[in-house]
Amino acid sequence: MVSIENLHKKFGKNEVLKGVDLNIKSGGIFAVLGPNGSGKTTLIKSVLGMVVPSKGTITVQGENIKKNSSYRHQIDYLPQIANFPSNLKVKELIRMIKDLRKNTNEDERLIELFKLQPFLDKKLGNLSGGTKQKVNIVLTFMFDSPLIILDEPTTGLDPISLIRLKELIQKEKQKGKTILITSHIMSFVEEVSDEIVFLLEGKIYFKGTISELKTKTNQPDFEHAIASILSDNHA
Amino acid sequence: MLLRLYYQTTMLKILKYSFFDLMRSRWSYVYFGFYLLLGVVLLFLNNDLSKAVITLMNVIIVLVPLIGTIFGVMYYYNSKEFTELLLAQPLKRSSIFLGQYLGVALSLSMSLILGLGIPFVFYGLFKSNAIWDFSLLLITGTFLTLIFTALAFNIALSNENKIKGFGYAILLWLFLAIIYDGIFLMTLIFFEDYPLDKLSLVGTMLNPIDLSRTLILLKLDISALLGYTGAIFKQFFGTSFGLVVSFVMLVIWVVLPVLRIMFKSRRKDF
Repeated sequence: MVSIENLHKKFGKNEVLKGVDLNIKSGGIFAVLGPNGSGKTTLIKSVLGMVVPSKGTITVQGENIKKNSSYRHQIDYLPQIANFPSNLKVKELIRMIKDLRKNTNEDERLIELFKLQPFLDKKLGNLSGGTKQKVNIVLTFMFDSPLIILDEPTTGLDPISLIRLKELIQKEKQKGKTILITSHIMSFVEEVSDEIVFLLEGKIYFKGTISELKTKTNQPDFEHAIASILSDNHA
Repeated sequence: MLLRLYYQTTMLKILKYSFFDLMRSRWSYVYFGFYLLLGVVLLFLNNDLSKAVITLMNVIIVLVPLIGTIFGVMYYYNSKEFTELLLAQPLKRSSIFLGQYLGVALSLSMSLILGLGIPFVFYGLFKSNAIWDFSLLLITGTFLTLIFTALAFNIALSNENKIKGFGYAILLWLFLAIIYDGIFLMTLIFFEDYPLDKLSLVGTMLNPIDLSRTLILLKLDISALLGYTGAIFKQFFGTSFGLVVSFVMLVIWVVLPVLRIMFKSRRKDF
């Protein structure tokens, strides 16, 4: 699905990714974890083509992403901070993204699911953070692409919406999709993900299932396993 | 061929959305209202059309670049997160940024054209001889909007820091609108013993604001206001060829920054 070879990225003198090799096969939920500044967002943005790698190649479904934009038809992306043009109404934004990408009717089901009907005629500038995040989720999931990338999807969501999001993610997984998630909420990661990729100082420190991680670090639970990696490496 | 058509339509779509987004912003109406008021005051309190055109020229030449730069930088920084959302879609980078740029530049031009145009139409412009002078004024104003919005986008693309970006944008405007003329004049005085025709010709062409002023004054044919450079311009090129040359230069002033927007956006990290 996604294959990354020898990926390097420097921002000025700051070397964020130092040779990442990663193969993600089709189907399943993968969590990208790591301390602040470990390069999670840079890695994800490289796959999306928003960050131009200093070195290395990335292919998505066998297509090299360099100087290419059409491969993004395969990807749905949920950005970390949802800040939309404040003068637009919610339904106008949805219509606009559909117009720019492709038509779909999935949005109606998602609007129903997250109870967004009362907000459709409101301007985006007047919405609360959580409601914006719900709009963000609708925009992401409405296209039904084989690869879904979620950057901190739980931000600002109330408990009910969080449950709905988890159900939504599971449903997409059952359709055979590949889902990449970053999150700081360890319980969320433990609940949803099949496999984790742990980034440390710009390299992949660990890739495997959560139980493998527990065995490797000799810790009884996931949160402590992560904490032990961090304290062992003084990060 | 089909792919190319697809990219062009996505650019037009982004242009359309940026345009309507700005058309709903309060500031577009303030800008429009200002020109409307200026036009009304100049025409109905003054009654001399050619004087009104000259006053308008002086206002447009300074104000349009200022507003173009500020709106350009502001729009770019304000729509940053939204741009990131677009970048994750299957859209070409150049169509995203060109679309946004044209959206800003065209909505500003429209405020200018409508704001000044409406009072002039009511005044009976179509029956007057000043229609060509007036049209030239609006065309030059549109060029200045296109140029300075493009320069602003360049500055914003090169500076992650908002405050720095704003600072450079204001400095650029201050330099081209005021300081440049000062330095230029000093050079002319300092080297007055040498032949300065070529230097002052080049000096005028390198500043879009000076270029616009010369262009309008050439058309108005007011030798008293032309000044030294204007007189040389007229002598060197003649009135009609001088008009063509300055138009070509204005087009180049639009094209170069736009090319850099495309070039720069392709290599940028978001």
